[in-house]
Formats: sequence, structure tokens, C-alpha cells
Amino acid sequence: MTLVRSILRSPLVGALTTPHGVDRYLELVDPMWVVGEVRARIVDRRVETRAGVPVATLTLEPSSAWRGHEAGQFVQVGVEVDGARRTRCFSVSSPESKPGDLITITMRANPEGTVSKHLVHDARIGDVVHLSQADGQFTLPSPLPQELLLLSGGSGITPVMSMLRTLLRRGYGGTITFLHYAQSPDHQIFADELADLPPNVHVRLVYPECGDPVFSTEELARILPHHAEVDAWACGPAGLVERVQETFRDNPRLRVEYFKTSTLGAVEGAVGRTRFAGAGVEAENTGATLLEQAEDAGLTPAYGCRMGICFTCTTRKTEGRVRNVVTGVESDQPDEDVQLCVSAPVGDCVVDL
Amino acid sequence: MTTPTKPSARLTPEQLEEFGKEMDAIRQKVVARLGQEDADYIRGVIRAQRAFEGAGRALFYLPPAWPLAVASLSISKILDNMEIGHNVMHGQYDWMGDPGINSRMYEWDTVCPSEQWKYSHNYIHHTYTNVLGKDRDIGYGILRMDEDQKWHPYYLGNPVYATLLMLFFQWGVLLHDLEVENIVQGKRSWKDTKHLHRGMIRKVRNQTLKDYLLFPLLTGPLFPLTLAGNATANLVRNIWAFNIIFCGHFPSGVESFEEEAAENETRGAWYYRQLLGSANITGGPLFHVLTGNLSHQIEHHLFPDIPARRYPEIAPEVQALCEKYGLNYNTGPLWKQLGSVAAKIVKLALPGGRDGTRRTSAPEPVLPDLPKVNVSHLVDDPEPQVERELASA
Repeated sequence: MTLVRSILRSPLVGALTTPHGVDRYLELVDPMWVVGEVRARIVDRRVETRAGVPVATLTLEPSSAWRGHEAGQFVQVGVEVDGARRTRCFSVSSPESKPGDLITITMRANPEGTVSKHLVHDARIGDVVHLSQADGQFTLPSPLPQELLLLSGGSGITPVMSMLRTLLRRGYGGTITFLHYAQSPDHQIFADELADLPPNVHVRLVYPECGDPVFSTEELARILPHHAEVDAWACGPAGLVERVQETFRDNPRLRVEYFKTSTLGAVEGAVGRTRFAGAGVEAENTGATLLEQAEDAGLTPAYGCRMGICFTCTTRKTEGRVRNVVTGVESDQPDEDVQLCVSAPVGDCVVDL
Repeated sequence: MTTPTKPSARLTPEQLEEFGKEMDAIRQKVVARLGQEDADYIRGVIRAQRAFEGAGRALFYLPPAWPLAVASLSISKILDNMEIGHNVMHGQYDWMGDPGINSRMYEWDTVCPSEQWKYSHNYIHHTYTNVLGKDRDIGYGILRMDEDQKWHPYYLGNPVYATLLMLFFQWGVLLHDLEVENIVQGKRSWKDTKHLHRGMIRKVRNQTLKDYLLFPLLTGPLFPLTLAGNATANLVRNIWAFNIIFCGHFPSGVESFEEEAAENETRGAWYYRQLLGSANITGGPLFHVLTGNLSHQIEHHLFPDIPARRYPEIAPEVQALCEKYGLNYNTGPLWKQLGSVAAKIVKLALPGGRDGTRRTSAPEPVLPDLPKVNVSHLVDDPEPQVERELASA
């Protein structure tokens, strides 16, 4: 198999299949045969929750180019809906993987999200989805610390679950505190697995809507008095993650991962006007990202991840200064390609859209 | 409505605005319908193209099947360049979010790098369609295809140049961006084209290596036959593409425009110019696919980024608008459109040679005080032909 792959990726095959490349031929025979891109076949599907918006876990068999992942990393998953590919990021929920391993992703059918809804409701076993290589810095260190705190809310449980599963598989002997916030026991993801863990894992499932205390510094101090000396990983809705960050202040032991883009900062006190030259549309600069401003103006630019990862929305900016709302870096180069989803104009701006 | 018997009406600014809105409405309706069907269609065409390509390459191992191999490979190249390449690179399928069918990523099976073609075609030609002095697709810098191109003894060779361009069309498309005619005239220096060289060399190397060395080598002793077959397939594609493309803007009755026409043009005026500057070819569904739907050049120029398979379905609506506004919708069978292009090539080889095509200037307010109903008949008299001939002689 490796030999076949080496041949298919050889310069000779490249020269024979120019200008399209070998994958554009292989995919017509079987989409999983591609050697340059990553795809995955859905081989199993299970529903995780008993109430609320359904959550499903899909088991994926990645194609030969998959390089594996570290616990806590995410992948971009692309599905086709009405002929158009939509891509979103999902954390891998299974333990760390090597090439050839199966992986799982777990997602709630976000009522406003095309991809998660499709994956939960419409995806069938045997379907092939587009996959990226794994990415992200929200991972475990090496060597592992003696004690860890894993803290999550809602479907933010997926990357920390990957960590927990990885630690258990590696036979980790240290202490793990697993603190998770969910709506109710019926909304709990991975409930059975969390009920059956070895004694060095202290699981606390908290349901504030059922009367449990919400997250606060005091509450954490009660559960884990020495939390400031413990390496911690937190993932969940922006509100929860922000409160955790306040508790830990600038403590470098805390690593966080957001799973929503809602906290991406708009430019405050925005001035000027935003012009979409191709469409001949101009509007007051609201400080929101160019993608949002374009959509508010009634345009429908192509987009994918909406968080600066996939470059689907990349468009030529001809004039003006924009700020990358993730990194805060500003740029005023004329005629540069910017990612609409993470670029917010600072003052007048013209985009070739 | 086929070849116009009377010139198209000139529209008042108000009419142009209304006309533009009606065109926009057609566009909106189609855009709202785009979806799975269009994705399945283009994937189906790609599948067919790759199958023809595979079959063509394989059949070269069977010497008696040589004509079949050539036919198969020719169809592959025609589909790749026209219904897939040309249309994908217009961004017609960008909404699919598939990098393999995306205007920024697609590369086609011909020697011209897609990046360079997109500039001269999508930007220059589609923006300044039929504007003499701006649209370099009028004669491609080597032919006299418009009577307002000043005659020069060089143009006596018009039919010869056209024939050579037809036979070597892919190379003509490749060299188009160098603007050799401007280099000869001293308007552009060789250095100005430097940024194009690397891309050109790389693409030419890849294409020639594949068709003229590697695939022939793979057939061993059949090397010469395979080489000749690949060259023939490229030739067939060249001839076909040239003929279809020349029917797009050069049949008689198609209008060309002054440079001012494209300045500060409204959307309605832009639609007007695109409509009158293009011509269609009639034919069956298979013919349309093999032309990349450039047989619907009019619809393509009105809506260059709408999937081409939709053109036949909107053509009746465009025709209805033409009737409403008294505009010519230039269409006809291939033999007729080609005949008229050939006649023009020959006629314009000689001095003068006005073939009756009306020069349209910017659609400035025309007799705004007259009642709108009869404006077309009052203002669209062709300019006196005698005077034009004198002027160009």
C-alpha cells in the first residue's frame, strides 16, 4: 500500500496528470483513494444525549494522508449541502491517533449551524467527508505533570475528553480533576463513560440549571483548594472560559480553547465607511468583520470556518486598514488578500467583493 | 430574430436603468436556484472529461483504434478547456467551495497559464467588451476585425493570419498577454513582460512534456503514433475553440464601442454593451456543451459568473427583453455565423471594408425631450456609410 502511495505521489505520475494532479482522477474512482488530501469515511454513528439538541459521535476512518492527532487538537470537517461545501472545526474526541487509526468527532446539532446539523441528522454510515490535518495548540505537555485539572462546559467537553482518554490509555497514574458543566444529566455527553472511571480521576458533573452552583473562584477553591498550582485545560462557551480566565488571572498553567467565535472582538468605536467595490455597495463601518458587514449589506461571499482557518473567504482588499480580530495585528497594505471572516476595517475600507 | 435587419435602438438613461434592473432580476432568479443540480452537472462533465482522457490515452496502445483515441482525447481537451476550464475560471462554481472547481485554483489542459488568461479574459475582455483600443480580443493584436481599426498593408494578410491563429490557437492564447503588437510598436518593452515568463515557461514545459514526450514514451514502439495523436488532439481542440470563439463577437451585426462608452458606465449601460457586443450560435444540447455554452455568448457576457448550463434556460427571458427594448439578439446556426466571420476577415483585409456594423458611442442622453415610445426609430439611423468610407480611405 505504501508502495502504491509512493508511486501515485511520484513526480512521474504528477507529470502525467498535469495540470489537475492525481487526486482529481483518483477521487472519481473512490473519494477515499486520494493521496494528497485528507478525507474520511463515516464508519459508525451514535447519539450521545437523551434530551435537548441532539449530540452525536461519528467514528471516522481517515484516508491514507492522515498524519494522526494530539489529544485536544481539532480538525476541519467539510460536508456538501445543496452542492456547496461547508467547513467547520470540531475537536477530535477520541484519544491521540496515529496514521491508520480511527478517530471520533462529537458535535451538537447547532440549530444555526449547517455543518453540525448535517453531521448529526443527515450523515449516513459510508458517507465520505472532507477532513483537514489536525491543528491546534490546546494539547498535553511532555512530560506530563503530576496533577491536572480538566474543565469544560457543554460540547466543549470533546477536546478534554480526548485528553482524558489519552491519559487513561497511557496508564497515567497522577491525579485528574474533571470538572464539567452541562444543562442537566439528560444533556450530559459521554455520561456512561464518565460514570466508570478509575479512582485517580475525580469527576464532578455540575448542572447549574438544576440548582448546582455556577462556576466561580470560590467554588473552584472549594473543589480544588490548590488549583493555582495545578496545570489546567478549559474549553467551553465564551462566558465560562472568561470566568475561568478571571480565576486564574495570568497564571500560565491555564490553557483555554474556545469553541465558538462569538468572542472575536469587533473594532470598537469604528469610523468610516466600508465599500464592496464589485457589488457597488457601501455602508457605515460597524466595526464588525468584513464578512459580517458584507452579509449585513445583503452580499453572499463564500466562507468556510468563519474563524480565520480555512481561507475560503480570502478576498482582495484594495484600500484601507484592517485589523485581524484574532491576533489584533493591523495592516494597511493596498491590494492585499485578507480573510474576510477575521478582518475588521479600521476606518474607510474598500474590498473587491 | 437572427441577423439584424435594422440597428438596435439606443436607450435613454431612464430606459437603460430600467433595462439594467430587469437584467438584474433575471440574474437574481438564477442565483437563487443554484444548488445541488449545478454541482452534480459540473462534476458529471468533469467525470466525462476524465473518462474521455483516460480512454484516449489507453486506446493509443491499440494502433487500429488510433482515430478513436484521437477523437476521445480531442473531446477531453475541448471539454476541459471550454465547459470546465473557461467556466470554472470565471468563478461560476466558486460558491461550491470545492478547491478542485475553484476559479483561484483551477488549471486547464492548454499551454496558457490560467492566472494570465484570467487577467486578459475575465478582466480586460469581459470589462471592456468590444471597446476598440481597450478590448484586445478584437483581432487579438494581429487581425483587423473592426473597420475602425486603421487599415495598413499588413492587414492584406488577414485571412492568412486568421488561419495560422486557428491552427496554433493555444499558442496564440498563451502569447496574448505579451502584447507583442505593442512591443513591436514600441509601446511596451520586453522587460514589461518579464513577470509573465516564468509562469509561461513552466506551463509550456509541463504540457509539452506530458503530450509530446511522456505519454508517447509510455507506449514504447508506438511513440510516433502516440505523439502524432496527441498533436492531432491539440490541433482539433485549437480549430474547434477558435471557430466557436470567433463566432462570439465577430459575426456581422455585432456592435463595437468607443472608449468613452465604458467610462462612468451605469450597470444598465454595461448590460446594453455586453448584449449588443456578443452573438450566439444555435444548436442542440450536445453542441452547447461542446462549445462550453459559448454558443450562448450573449447570456455569458451578461452574466459571466453564472454557471453556463443555466444560459439556455434564461435565453428566452433575455430575448423577451430584447424585443421589449428594440434590441437585436444576434444568433444563427454555426455555418451562418462562421460564414459571416470569414467574410469579415476577408473584407477587412482590404482598405475601407465597412461591413455595416454601427459604431455605438456612449449612451449619453438622447433626445430626452421626445416622447419615449418612438425614440428608437428616431435616433438609430446608421451613420452615413459614404462618409465613413471616405474617412477611412
